[in-house]
Amino acid sequence: MGMSEIILEMKHITKAFSGVKALDDVNLQVQKGEIHALCGENGAGKSTLMNVLSGVYPHGTYDGDIIYKGETCKFHRIKDSENKGIVIIHQELALSPYLSIAENVFMGNEQLSMRGVIDWTKTRERAKEALEHVGLQNENLNAPVNTLGVGKQQLIEIAKAMAKNVELLILDEPTAALNDEESAQLLEIMLELKKKGVTCIIISHKLNEISYVADSITIIRDGKTIETLKKGVDEWSEDRIIKGMVGREMNNRYPVRDNCPIGDVVMEVKNWNAYHPEIADKQILKNINIKVRAGEVVGLAGLMGAGRTEFAMSLFGHSYGQKISGEVYMHGKKVSTKTVKDAIDNKIAYTSEDRKTYGLVLINDIKTNMTMAALRAYYANGQIVNERQENLDAEEYKEKINVKATSIHQTVGSLSGGNQQKVVLAKWMMTHPDVLILDEPTRGIDVGAKYEIYCAINDMAREGKAIIVISSEMQEIIGTCDRAYVINEGRIAGELDRSELSQESIMKCIMDSNGKGEE
Amino acid sequence: MENKKKYINLDIKSFGMIAALIIIFIIFYVLTKGSNATPTNINNLIMQNGYIIILATGMLLCVLTGYIDLGVGSVVALGAACAAKLVVEQGWPVPLAWLIAVAIGLAVGVFAGFFIAFLDIPPFVVTLATMLMGRGLTYTLLRSLTVGPLPADYSFIGVGFLPTVKVPLGEGSIDIVCIVVAALVTVGIIFAEVKTIRTNNKYGFANLVPWQMAIKDVVILAIVWFFFTRLGMYNGIPIQLVVLAIIVGIYHFVTSKTVAGRQIYAMGGNAKAASLSGINTKKVFFWVYVNMGVLASIAGIVLSARQGGANPKMGDGVEMDAIASCYIGGAAASGGVGTIIGAVVGALVMGVLNNGMSMCGMSTDLQKVVKGAVLLGAVVLDVTTKKKKG
Repeated sequence: MGMSEIILEMKHITKAFSGVKALDDVNLQVQKGEIHALCGENGAGKSTLMNVLSGVYPHGTYDGDIIYKGETCKFHRIKDSENKGIVIIHQELALSPYLSIAENVFMGNEQLSMRGVIDWTKTRERAKEALEHVGLQNENLNAPVNTLGVGKQQLIEIAKAMAKNVELLILDEPTAALNDEESAQLLEIMLELKKKGVTCIIISHKLNEISYVADSITIIRDGKTIETLKKGVDEWSEDRIIKGMVGREMNNRYPVRDNCPIGDVVMEVKNWNAYHPEIADKQILKNINIKVRAGEVVGLAGLMGAGRTEFAMSLFGHSYGQKISGEVYMHGKKVSTKTVKDAIDNKIAYTSEDRKTYGLVLINDIKTNMTMAALRAYYANGQIVNERQENLDAEEYKEKINVKATSIHQTVGSLSGGNQQKVVLAKWMMTHPDVLILDEPTRGIDVGAKYEIYCAINDMAREGKAIIVISSEMQEIIGTCDRAYVINEGRIAGELDRSELSQESIMKCIMDSNGKGEE
Repeated sequence: MENKKKYINLDIKSFGMIAALIIIFIIFYVLTKGSNATPTNINNLIMQNGYIIILATGMLLCVLTGYIDLGVGSVVALGAACAAKLVVEQGWPVPLAWLIAVAIGLAVGVFAGFFIAFLDIPPFVVTLATMLMGRGLTYTLLRSLTVGPLPADYSFIGVGFLPTVKVPLGEGSIDIVCIVVAALVTVGIIFAEVKTIRTNNKYGFANLVPWQMAIKDVVILAIVWFFFTRLGMYNGIPIQLVVLAIIVGIYHFVTSKTVAGRQIYAMGGNAKAASLSGINTKKVFFWVYVNMGVLASIAGIVLSARQGGANPKMGDGVEMDAIASCYIGGAAASGGVGTIIGAVVGALVMGVLNNGMSMCGMSTDLQKVVKGAVLLGAVVLDVTTKKKKG
């Protein structure tokens, strides 16, 4: 690097929420022009630290000092930090879907000709400049931003920061919603920005990305700084980072599934087709055939947008798409899955990739969420709810899959992502399904919780359930599945046995099938 | 089993509104030098606000789904107009006329529910339409005139009383039936508490902190006894109170103990998640609005019975009172949160306010200002306390 100028120093930062310390004497030193990663489990305090830095939590609500470019800063609002060139991009995209790309790039930072009047020529010219930094200069500036994919939208966020003359860019889980290809592109852009002298702080759970892109890593655990690793100086591996994060060695990220014999075929789907919900002649799923056996964990691998979630949702109560055709067999018998209720009655369960939007009622408590799907079948005599049985079973499942909460009456919205995911899992376990389709079961949750989810998957398989895991993380498919189907462009691109499963073989399936589908 | 928390605290929020109701009542007690607590006035409180309470129970279900029904005031008028006209001008038997009124409420509910649930038209728009259409039909039907007077077998539901057994007490007399009902309620409450504690202990669930439970029960029993002795010193138990008890009882049960109730809450909290959990959200939506139509027509019958006739302006703006009752009673505008008891208490808060301010001689114009401020204050309090917790 050659540079050792420190652009940012956060000293002895302590921040408490109603008496509970979220940050306890945290120290962070960022060098000018480096990419600095913040690692830690969910709830460790990474986002809180960044909110302190960017002024979301104003000066005075925390203890400690922020020294930026040699000057002690007291930010009272986000605008204060932005004026100094510090821009934070949050996990949730802050774009207005129906406004154009150019308008979004300058949202909150409008280019004016006079007070209160927007200069559209200037807006478009400058937008183009900003978009060049992220390789999107050829996009139609007037197109509504929701016509772009998530990956490009994330890049628009970065362009937005560039338009503010950013010097220190903070990215909170920038690749959480992106597929491998988009993530790789984003990482390259980060390296480009680094060459242009922009300093980056990145928060991410994807350790392979961090070890690739970062120059140093600060690990936070339980609100305390544990250590800072430097590339080329310290040991630099995913296992080393995990050790820092969880405070102990994690020998195996995927628990072994032993004593789990594979039985007969439980579910078979034949010739499944579905069309886009709005564009009637656009076929999304093309003749998909899969089967899954008792005690077997089957993966659905593929890139984002390949049609895996669409397949699962169209299967589960025709919740996606139109003109759906195909047959579903449970234990050899043809069944209907036309409504979600039909699917549940036929012992199929589906956990969504987006637990907050599709999985949970965040304002309700753990118990109510857990029994939501099973209520009619298992917790009611006719119309009347058996609340006592609900409480008993909710307690049992809370223990069983280790939901960390004060009681089953705690509101689900106040739980961490990992615990929310466990509640979703329990909700579907309580319907006593024969087949569980788990869509991105570990998205955005920390290493420890992931391990527990994998253990729960293994336990269910041992009970003889058939399990389908949809995941964009190839490592996860390889680590958890007995067999996997690779889906690409809405069709099965290949089927791989455990012995054949590797990142290379999955990618090869995808590459081989690309473009072949079109007749 | 490891050591579990043995006691839980009383949910302040659900009890806070009852406390507010008592405080408001006491303030007016002082301001009116005790005349708001006379037996006559306590009786009036029920008689004047009965139909609002009926509307509030139905409205709560709409609010739980995250929306409101603006059309209820018009349905009140339309139902009442039809029933009154059939009885007074056509000489129909009262029960049949009531049935027609309820059928009209049902029809309006089906109409609104169809557009809302199956065509995805925003409830605000659909019910704004039913509000205008219902009011217009009422004016047309009544040719802008008042229909009345209504016969006694019609009006008893609004102004009648249960049979009484009066015994002398001090300077006046008191109705034994009221005392018996109060005693039954007392026994019922104590019995229910004991049963809850037993079940909790048996299964290792947490109980309320004992002193909090004692305070809660004492306050509730004090209200019950105060209320029924006052009624007993007047004319006994109004028929309206019986109607209210049945309706509130049914809806409290439905919302808290049945699958249908749970589905409404789940849908209001997150419609997408509810739908992916096997809940037919369209069906829930539809029935909530059908139900509102039916309850609005019943409220119309009660209101016309009390007024002794029907006029085209009746029930004008009561949808706002019903909606306000739900919000004052702790329901969330975004849906998924709220209770029937809360809505009833909210309606009573509005009623006690109206009644007290009128007795103080405050103009109806200013009363609206105060009601608006109370609504806003209640919701602000609700939202800010929630924020602190989070």
